[in-house]
Amino acid sequence: MNPPIRVLVAKPGLDGHDRGAKVIARALRDAGMEVIYTGLRQTPEMIVNAALQEDVQFIGLSILSGAHNAIIPRVMDLLRQNDMLDVKVIVGGIVPDADVETLKRQGVAAVFQPGASLDTIVDFIRKSV
Amino acid sequence: MAVAEKQYTTISGVPIEPLYGPDHLRDFDPHRDLGRPGEFPYTRGIHESMYRGRLWTMRQFSGFSTPEETNRRYHYLLEQGQTGLSVAFDLPTLMGYDAGDPLAEGEVGKCGASVSSLEDMEILFCGIPLADVTVSMTINSPAAVLWAMYLAVAEQQGADWNTISGTIQNDILKEYIAQKEYIFPPRPSMRLVTDTIEFAARRTPRFNPISISGYHIREAGSTAVQELAFTLRDGIEYVEWALARGLAVDEFAPRLSFFFNAHNDFFEEIAKYRAARNLWAHVMRERFRARDERSWKLRFHSQTAGCSLTWQQPYNNVVRTAIQALAAVLGGTQSLHTNSLDEAYALPSEQAVTIALRTQQIVAYESGVANTPDPLGGSYFLERLTCDMEQAARDYFRRIDELGGMIAAIEKGFPQSEIANASYRYQRAVEAKEKVVVGVNAFQSEDQPIELLQIGQAAQEHQENKLKALRARRDNSRVRQTLDALRRAAEGTDNTMPFILDAVRAYATLGEICGALRDVFGSYQETAHI
Repeated sequence: MNPPIRVLVAKPGLDGHDRGAKVIARALRDAGMEVIYTGLRQTPEMIVNAALQEDVQFIGLSILSGAHNAIIPRVMDLLRQNDMLDVKVIVGGIVPDADVETLKRQGVAAVFQPGASLDTIVDFIRKSV
Repeated sequence: MAVAEKQYTTISGVPIEPLYGPDHLRDFDPHRDLGRPGEFPYTRGIHESMYRGRLWTMRQFSGFSTPEETNRRYHYLLEQGQTGLSVAFDLPTLMGYDAGDPLAEGEVGKCGASVSSLEDMEILFCGIPLADVTVSMTINSPAAVLWAMYLAVAEQQGADWNTISGTIQNDILKEYIAQKEYIFPPRPSMRLVTDTIEFAARRTPRFNPISISGYHIREAGSTAVQELAFTLRDGIEYVEWALARGLAVDEFAPRLSFFFNAHNDFFEEIAKYRAARNLWAHVMRERFRARDERSWKLRFHSQTAGCSLTWQQPYNNVVRTAIQALAAVLGGTQSLHTNSLDEAYALPSEQAVTIALRTQQIVAYESGVANTPDPLGGSYFLERLTCDMEQAARDYFRRIDELGGMIAAIEKGFPQSEIANASYRYQRAVEAKEKVVVGVNAFQSEDQPIELLQIGQAAQEHQENKLKALRARRDNSRVRQTLDALRRAAEGTDNTMPFILDAVRAYATLGEICGALRDVFGSYQETAHI
C-alpha cells in the first residue's frame, strides 16, 4: 500500500475566514490523506518552512481577501529558492477567472473557485501525486 | 410496507414534521407566552406598532479602496434614499495595521476602506453631518481607536456627543469564536470593550458601544440555534464584565445592540429573531434584575447571508437576498443590509448595490408585510419553531455556564468546534445533494460574466504617501507623549478611552496606537484545530 498523501493546508494574509480551509482539511483527512493545518496569518516564509519540515507533497492555500496576487508569487519564489518545485500548490478561494491563468503561469497546479465540490478537489490531488 | 421516507429538515438540520396544528402548541398560552408587540417578552417585536410607526433603517455596509473613494460612495447611497451609513474597513485596519505596514502588503483597500489616522476619518465623513446621520462601524479589535477617531471628527464638526447616534460592532468574543480578527488576548480585549461601554454610558448616551453579533458565527458555518445561543451568551458575558466594572445594569443595558444573519431557511430565521427577543428579555429581567424596560428589549440589525451567495448564476443572488430580507423584516429587524448579487466575487459595484437597496424598498413599500406587526405570529409551525429554538439555546447557555462562561469555553475551543462540525456536516449534505444549492449542485448552466468592481494597487500607494506626509507634518513629540500616557493607562486600571482620544487627536496612527497596546497586552494566537 502507498503511504498516505501529505498535504499542508495554510491561510496566508490577514484574512481570518477559515471555514473553507477547515472544511477542506477535514475532507482531505476523511479521504485518507495526512493533513497539516497551519492556522491563520501565515507568511509565505512560514508556509514554505512548514512544507519543508512536514515533507508534504501538496500545499493548499485558502485566500478569500483578494490578496492572492501579492501573496502567491512570493510562495512560488520561495519554493523555487528552496528547490521544492516538486511540491504542488493548489489555491482555493475568491480568485477571478482573469487571475487564474496568471497564477497557473506562475506554477500553481490548480485553482478551485467557490462552489467547487470536495470530491473534485480530492480527485485532483489523488491524480496529481 | 416500510418506505424510506425523504427527510425534511431546516437548513440547520432540524427535522420538520409533516404538519403542524394545535397539538404542537398544547403547553403554549398565547397570552402568557407570547404577549403583544411592545410588551414583555417582546417575542412579537419591541414596538407596539412596529413598522407602522417607522420603517427599519436601510443601512448598506459599504467601504472600499481609499477613504476618498468611499466618501463618494456614501454621498451616492444617501442620495439614493439610504437612511443610515455602515462602514466596512479593509483587513489591515481591522487588524490594527497602518497602510504602510509590511503585513498590509496587497490588502490595502481590498475588503473595505483603509483608515490609518484621524486624517483618513476626516476624509471618510467629509460633507456628511454626523449630528444627523447615524453611522455603524464594523470594527472589533481596534474598535476603541476607530471610535475615538469618529468622536474626534464629530467634535470637529461641532456635533454634540450627547446626541450623536450610531453603533460600533466592538464584539470581540465572536472574533475568537468565528471571524478570527483578533489582536490581543481575550481578557485585555474584554477590558477594552468594557472601557468603551463605560465611556458610552457616561459620555455618548445615544451611541451603541457594541453590536453583539451572530452574523459571523453563522457565516463561519454554524446552525441557526448556535448563532442564537452563542450570540446571546456573548451578550451575557459583556453584561457580567460591565457589572464587575461597577456599572448598574440599567445604566448600560439599553444601549446593547445585536446583529443577526438572515439566511435562506425562511421560517427558521423568523423563529430565531423572535426567540432572541424572548430569551434576552428573560435573561435581562431574571438573571440580571434589570428594571428599565429598555434593558429588556433586544434591538438588532440584520444582514442577508453572504455565505449563501453563489458564484454560479450570480443573478439568482438577487432572489435569495429578497427572500432573506423578507425573513428579517417579518422577524422584526430594526435595520437591514441586503447583499449585492456580485458579492461572491468581489466588493459590490454601484449598480449591484443599487439593486440590493431597491430590494429593501420593494419589501418596505410594495409587499405589504410592514402593515402590521409580526403578521406570522400565531402560526402553529412558527410558534413551535420559536419555542424549540429557545429551548435549544437555553441548553447551550447551560453548557457554557458549566464550562465557566464564554471566555473559558472559547479557551477550550467549545463554540469553535461546534461550528466547525456543523459547517462540515452542511458541506457533506451539499456534496450528497441532500441539500440543494440552485446553480451549484443542481440546475447548473453556463454563467454569464458580470461587471465587477476593481480595486488596484493605487489605493495602497495613495494611503502610504498620505501617511508619510502626515508623519512629517504632525507634532511628533506630542504623539510620543500621548502614546506613553496610553501605555501607562493600559498597564493600570484607568479607562483607556480618554487616552486613546488624546493620541488620536495628536494624529497618532492606528498602527502606532495598537502597537502601544500590543506592547502592554501582547498578541493572541489561537491553537488551530481541524
